[in-house]
Amino acid sequence: MKKDIILAGVGGQGTIAVAVMIADAAIEQGLNFRQSEVHGMSQRGGAVETQVRLSDKAIHCDLIATGRADLLISLEPLEALRKMNYLSETGTVVTALAPVKNIPDYPAMDTVLDQLRRAGRTVYTIDAEAVAKDAGSTRAQNVAVLGAAADFIGLKPAAIRKGIEKVFAAKGAAVVEMNLRAFDMGREHAAKLEA
Amino acid sequence: MKKMLLLGDEAVGQAAADAGLGGAFGYPGTPSTEIFEYLEKHASEYGYSAIWSGNEKVAFEEALGMSYVGKRAIVTMKHVGLNVAADPFVCSGVIGAHGGLIAAVADDPGMHSSQDEQDSRYYASFAKVPCYEPATQQQAYDMTREAFKLSEDFETPVLMRLVTRIAHSRAVVACQPPDENNGLGIADDPDKWVILPAHARRLYPAALNRYRRLGEYAENCRWNKIQPAANPADKTKGIIVCGTGHNYIMEAFEILGIAVDVLRLGFHPIPPKLLAKFLEGKSEVMLFEDGYPFVEERINGLAGAGPAVRGRLDGFIGETGELDPDRAIDCVARFLNAAKPQTKQVSVTIPARPPKLCPGCPHIDTFTALNDALETRQPARVFSDIGCYTLGALPPLNAINSCVEMGASVGMAKGAAQGGLKYPVAVLGDGTFEHSGLTSLLGAARENTPMTLIILDNGTTAMTGAQDSLANGAKLHSVVAGLGVDPAHLKKISPLPAKRGENAALIGAELDYAGLSVIIAERECIQIIGKRRTA
Ligand code: SF4
Repeated sequence: MKKDIILAGVGGQGTIAVAVMIADAAIEQGLNFRQSEVHGMSQRGGAVETQVRLSDKAIHCDLIATGRADLLISLEPLEALRKMNYLSETGTVVTALAPVKNIPDYPAMDTVLDQLRRAGRTVYTIDAEAVAKDAGSTRAQNVAVLGAAADFIGLKPAAIRKGIEKVFAAKGAAVVEMNLRAFDMGREHAAKLEA
Repeated sequence: MKKMLLLGDEAVGQAAADAGLGGAFGYPGTPSTEIFEYLEKHASEYGYSAIWSGNEKVAFEEALGMSYVGKRAIVTMKHVGLNVAADPFVCSGVIGAHGGLIAAVADDPGMHSSQDEQDSRYYASFAKVPCYEPATQQQAYDMTREAFKLSEDFETPVLMRLVTRIAHSRAVVACQPPDENNGLGIADDPDKWVILPAHARRLYPAALNRYRRLGEYAENCRWNKIQPAANPADKTKGIIVCGTGHNYIMEAFEILGIAVDVLRLGFHPIPPKLLAKFLEGKSEVMLFEDGYPFVEERINGLAGAGPAVRGRLDGFIGETGELDPDRAIDCVARFLNAAKPQTKQVSVTIPARPPKLCPGCPHIDTFTALNDALETRQPARVFSDIGCYTLGALPPLNAINSCVEMGASVGMAKGAAQGGLKYPVAVLGDGTFEHSGLTSLLGAARENTPMTLIILDNGTTAMTGAQDSLANGAKLHSVVAGLGVDPAHLKKISPLPAKRGENAALIGAELDYAGLSVIIAERECIQIIGKRRTA
């Protein structure tokens, strides 16, 4: 078993937290694990990227080569497009739909969706904003997207749920419950983007 | 055996804690910050001290003092921080260490959050100090544990050189049981610790001798070894890797389904015998090391006699930039004349999304007021510094003309004033001012240099994740006054959108004053307000 996953988003959206949830789940299942992330200046509302590698064999390096990732999980649609070339031709994209428009030249949403359609990969989208709101807080958008991607990660959803519990444990039972709800609802709300 | 999920930075921290640390010292800087933060979090559990220092030089000296009394010490900083700490670092290479002393320095190849790619291994060889280069988080742990012992056995400081990809990557790390107390007391040899020329003339040859013995250690230590290929594609070709270079070459071998012999180096000084053994029978070698061509330059010295060398110097692997699997695949394929796998690329043009100041950041309001004041006052130049506020150089603010290194703004503004610039302005944060702006300001105050200094007091070292700075608010005010700044021209503003006009007028009046003015713009970083709320 080998899964190379790119997590994309905008600084402040919580990509690293998603990576840590996957990490805990991978370790729970006894897999080898590497995860690299970006800190510092790029966190201030800039494009961010976290790479996650899972395998039952030895993992040589912390980074994924271009064209070899199995899954791209993006918390923002333009950022999904930006990282597209990491994916292998059989790779899958799961992306949140809500744009973060903190740049003056953000393209029209139709153009972004159109380009996602024409990228030649299987693309799933999720209205993570709405799902997280229904689950109890828009802050859980990253977990909703993780839910939408859950079936492609290659880990047992129960193990990922444990990872979520661990990450939010310090914030109390209500926050844990809300995030688990966002995760479960995210799983149900992933929609395939038809070409 | 305890297993933990750790960043490379945290693995160094955990190893130091397990080694029976006496104290952690450091100055924040990406990608090194998490070493200290991890140590700070666990200080009371393990019983060592962990206090951020004013700058890297101070941090190193504090660590040296702890080593002097026989305790184990670690000092953390980023690569450019070692420039600041270079004086005590290089001197400690001559004097040596007593209690285990490790400088954990994180380099940033690719300049993810730095102004250059400088390679700390040169400092180690320059100071005749041994250097470890971990390739994995586990090695970061194991090498740090070993380094404390090596430091005491050889009485030398040790450099632990990390790169961004190790510092900021997580993996599971197996930890070892804690060390026993090192049994050392206070150093009591003034011949060794008083570096008078007469002593130094004796100490320096001793340091060279120590470095030679470390070279012998390097020949046999487990981090340096020849890794023969089971089925070499070409016996006359070999690849030399340092630290993380190994990881990428192994990935490339697997993807390309091809391999040659590899010499793996993780501990310097470079072991000459092992190197000679590897080069025997090779007509061409490729160097794959993150950073500058450190090992490559030494091998290139054999020009004419040894094998042909491919690497940074001839541009074969590219002169600059971080190593990664793509580069490794490309280089190995070219080096061994192997076919590269093709992947279909999607070509779309996507607008860049650069980092920017947080909405509501106090710096925005200081810069807009400053811009307003400068509109009618020219020629003016704004010398700034390293921090979040450096982003003020970008549109829409375009408020900064120069940013060089920590503390440079004050000295550069003074020099520009002496050069006749009418409106020289220096802008830097509270943390940066205390790091290395203080001494420059003392000089400007003595001369009453016609310049304006704006200190952005946001109550924290924000860019690296909100560490405490040494003085804020009233204390910072009295520090500046104590340096001899005329109280009539030491002003305070509240950088708020509503006060833009008032602030611009005050800044303008100080710009017009033909002497030194200091304006402290005091408002908290909105990120620490948020942090306090969730804490
Ligand atoms: S972290 Fe603080 S100082 Fe930095 S940009 Fe944000 S508000 Fe400004």
